[in-house]
Amino acid sequence: MSTLVRDRAPVQTGLVSVRAPRKRLSRRTLILGGAGVVWLIGFLFLHGTATLTLPASELTDLHRSLNQFNAWVASNRADNPVFQYVFTPLRAAVDAVANLFIGIFAASSTGLRLPEIGWLGTVALLSWIAFAVGNARVALLTAAAFVFFGLQGLFVEAAYTFALVITAVLFTLLIGIPLGVLAGVYGRVAKVITPVLDFMQTLPTFVYLAPLALIFLIGPASAVIATVIYAAPPVIRLTAHGIRCIPENTREASDSLGTTGWQRLLTLQLPLARRTIVMGINQTTMAALSMVTIAALIAAPGLGQVVIRALQSLDVGTAVNAGLSIVLLAIVLDRVTTAASRRAEPGANRKRRISRRTRYILLAATLLVVLAMVQLSRTMLWAAAFPKDLNIGPAIVSGVSSASEWLQTNLFLFTVSFREAVTNGILNPFQSLLTETPFYLLVAVIVLAAFALGGWKLAAVTATCLAVIIYLGLWSDSMVTLAGTLVATAVVMVLGVIFGVAMGRSSKVDQLMRPMLDAGQTMPAFVYLVPFLGLFGATRFTAIIAGIIYAAPVAIKITADGIAAISPTVMEAAVSSGSTPWQVITKVQLPMARQSLALAANQGLIYVLAMVVVGALVGAGGLGYDVVAGFVQSSLFGKGLAAGLAIVFLGILLDRMTQAAAANPVRKVLSAKSPAH
Amino acid sequence: MSSPDISVRNLWKVFGPGGEKIPKDPELSALSSAELLERTGCNAAVRDMNFDVAKGEVFVVMGLSGSGKSTLIRCLTRLIEPTSGSVLVDGKDVMQAGTGELRELRRRKMSMVFQHFGLLPHRTVLDNVSYGLQIRGAAKNERYARSHEIIELVGLKGYEQHFPDQLSGGMQQRVGLGRALAGDPDTILFDEPFSALDPLIRRDMQAEVIRLHKEMGKTMVFVTHDLSEALKLGDRILIMRNGETVQCGTGDDLVGSPADKYIADFVSEVPRADVLTLKWITDPVAFGTPADAPVLSAGTIIRDAIPTVMNSLCPVLVEDSGKITGQIDRDSILSVIRSTEVAA
Repeated sequence: MSTLVRDRAPVQTGLVSVRAPRKRLSRRTLILGGAGVVWLIGFLFLHGTATLTLPASELTDLHRSLNQFNAWVASNRADNPVFQYVFTPLRAAVDAVANLFIGIFAASSTGLRLPEIGWLGTVALLSWIAFAVGNARVALLTAAAFVFFGLQGLFVEAAYTFALVITAVLFTLLIGIPLGVLAGVYGRVAKVITPVLDFMQTLPTFVYLAPLALIFLIGPASAVIATVIYAAPPVIRLTAHGIRCIPENTREASDSLGTTGWQRLLTLQLPLARRTIVMGINQTTMAALSMVTIAALIAAPGLGQVVIRALQSLDVGTAVNAGLSIVLLAIVLDRVTTAASRRAEPGANRKRRISRRTRYILLAATLLVVLAMVQLSRTMLWAAAFPKDLNIGPAIVSGVSSASEWLQTNLFLFTVSFREAVTNGILNPFQSLLTETPFYLLVAVIVLAAFALGGWKLAAVTATCLAVIIYLGLWSDSMVTLAGTLVATAVVMVLGVIFGVAMGRSSKVDQLMRPMLDAGQTMPAFVYLVPFLGLFGATRFTAIIAGIIYAAPVAIKITADGIAAISPTVMEAAVSSGSTPWQVITKVQLPMARQSLALAANQGLIYVLAMVVVGALVGAGGLGYDVVAGFVQSSLFGKGLAAGLAIVFLGILLDRMTQAAAANPVRKVLSAKSPAH
Repeated sequence: MSSPDISVRNLWKVFGPGGEKIPKDPELSALSSAELLERTGCNAAVRDMNFDVAKGEVFVVMGLSGSGKSTLIRCLTRLIEPTSGSVLVDGKDVMQAGTGELRELRRRKMSMVFQHFGLLPHRTVLDNVSYGLQIRGAAKNERYARSHEIIELVGLKGYEQHFPDQLSGGMQQRVGLGRALAGDPDTILFDEPFSALDPLIRRDMQAEVIRLHKEMGKTMVFVTHDLSEALKLGDRILIMRNGETVQCGTGDDLVGSPADKYIADFVSEVPRADVLTLKWITDPVAFGTPADAPVLSAGTIIRDAIPTVMNSLCPVLVEDSGKITGQIDRDSILSVIRSTEVAA
């Protein structure tokens, strides 16, 4: 007892010295709170003034000059040297490759417009490739999926999409793998490339379509180029990572034997990085599929166009039918590339059930069958074009349409009242708070908040972003998009914490949820809109729900990983000192997973922003609407381009602010103080 | 002793910004490691080292972790670039070698065995052993034939097609050893090769190294933190502390006349009777010792002298190169054994 009492005195002096950082923390909260109060008071007295609203059909001078630029490009395309010697040949080259694959799998450019190797040949060849790079199971899946596309009446569309994905992946790998290897070998290259990749990945898919269409015209070429830009970062990053993460002792051992740089690359780095590189190819392929479907907005042929047309005419049945194809195609591409990455694992050879020679014989034999089927497809019409009478597409379309109608009429009470309650209760008030506050007040509040979170530097970045948005003439639309994004992100974070904690605490829940989340992440952004269109109709609300569903998996996974990464010793200590599960969650797990939570919020925001913009297709207003309208009406081209830029700057702003919030302030204060002691 | 195989002169390795200035600066280079770190933020891992390794010798570098021994051995083939000094291998300075010469040196003259094996996980045992030969461009048949011989030599016959992760730690290190031997280098460098292995396997592997040394007679530079390993393997032992040589000599020298308290502490637990030779306990010939008493050489290990001394009724004479230098008796042997126990 006496020792306990004696010990108490130093403990208290310890408390006093700890108080200093607390004060600093509360200063941050103070500024944030102060900014909030100023905002609310300002809103009460000044709302409705200086809102910078710009009606949908009106343009600013900037938009008009962008329109003129568009016209200038159109008229000078033929004789400007930059176009003559750079863009036009590039476009022709990409087009040639794309048309090659389109000709083989989808439709030849002449005659009956049948695919060169027919549907039967396509199914056979692709299944054989799946078998060769993966295994029999994924080959069967490939065959089943492509036959099902035929049954849906969408074989040609699916083949178009597939051909574009293959073209884009080919170009991406041609550029991405060498770049990744360079970045892995030379630290200096990595230093230059990394920020560029970071920037590319925070851009919503949508925004570079318009500028690319301006340069490369609409059609397959610009779709492929947009896809390459979008899909390149994962393979570059993962290749570089694989090359760089060779265990130090293995590398040293190889050096000690006198390897040259090339020998090291060929015998050590590339073989050991193979699995990581194939994982990069997997991610790149999924990203490519996502982008190729969205590129339908700039007239890329394929399933995306079917979905977009259906979304625009609110034809839920057709959208679901085509959406189903996209999902299936995504599953096939994911499974085949995942199987390929397993095969690429070092030592995968020895776990094989059949010997190498048997495998080669089997491959050669099946290749003969494939060639026979291709030949058959080139001679028999039934094997060239998918038989029309085997078409269950219309049945799916009408079935889904009536189901959707039934849902909308019978669940009317539930869906509509839920929608209206959220729209009127949360969305509208928050949106008007943002749009009706005078812009100067809101800019001041946001910059102040940025200062509290990240100091002068962040405040400067934020102020610049906001200034650009104002200059672009799209302040009010940006605030509409911001409102939707913030509401959706809030919901995403609630979901992320609930499911993430559940997954982090129980491996059973984790095993149950993870495959679903993985599947959710591989789906193209687009298809999320479809089911909610069926439930809630074409409104802003639908877009926000789709954004939430699209962003939730990544937020949940990051949170779950953060919680699962807490050392078991800490957990044991917490439990052994008698904490209740609730106390463990709130006092240990969530505070320790703080960084992960902030990262989850950051990623959630980026995903939601991308989706809220795509949601313009089903009635979300704001910047997304301006972008889509810019594609459709040439008089709105400039405004659409400006809106794309505004999205970029909004994205940068949100990204930087959440990243600053993620940096741990307590530790900063302590380390800043320590030299003084 | 022929001309030394490796001779190291004034070798420095200083980590940290501006480290290259320190060896030249008389004031800074005189500072202790801690002071140097305080003053310049640089860490001198190897400080002005000088030693020679003779052809066919097993030269052990011993020290605790952080003493700079692993840095030192890497400086020999410039896996870590030394800051200054010279490393002469067969009379040629490694420090002056160009990229190509250095590569040739690594390929043909010196190969290395690592603590964590550094095997290539995607290659079989056979391909790991033949890796060095492949690197220097040997044809497939040739390198496989050679590798099969080596695999048999290191006792891995039958495991050619296994992958490293299918082998135990001891067997993996046999692969590492095989890889180093395959190129038939003049010198093999060992960087704590057995400290990741459990004690029984370690003993086997030490015996293996002794056997290979007897059979092939290669020069070996062996880094370890284990004194008993050093005494067991080393013809000569260099003890390092804070990047500097503390003492360099035979095991016998270190135990018999430690240079300072640091070494004395180090060797205090060594069973002295197992290491020391008779010359350390030889007393002057006493008056009553008969001239026909048994004679032992001064280089005999004390423990090996015990049977002779026990069977003799009188003290035993000690001779060194044909001259009687003194005598020993039961008391002198017992006092050596006792002193070890007291120190322990």
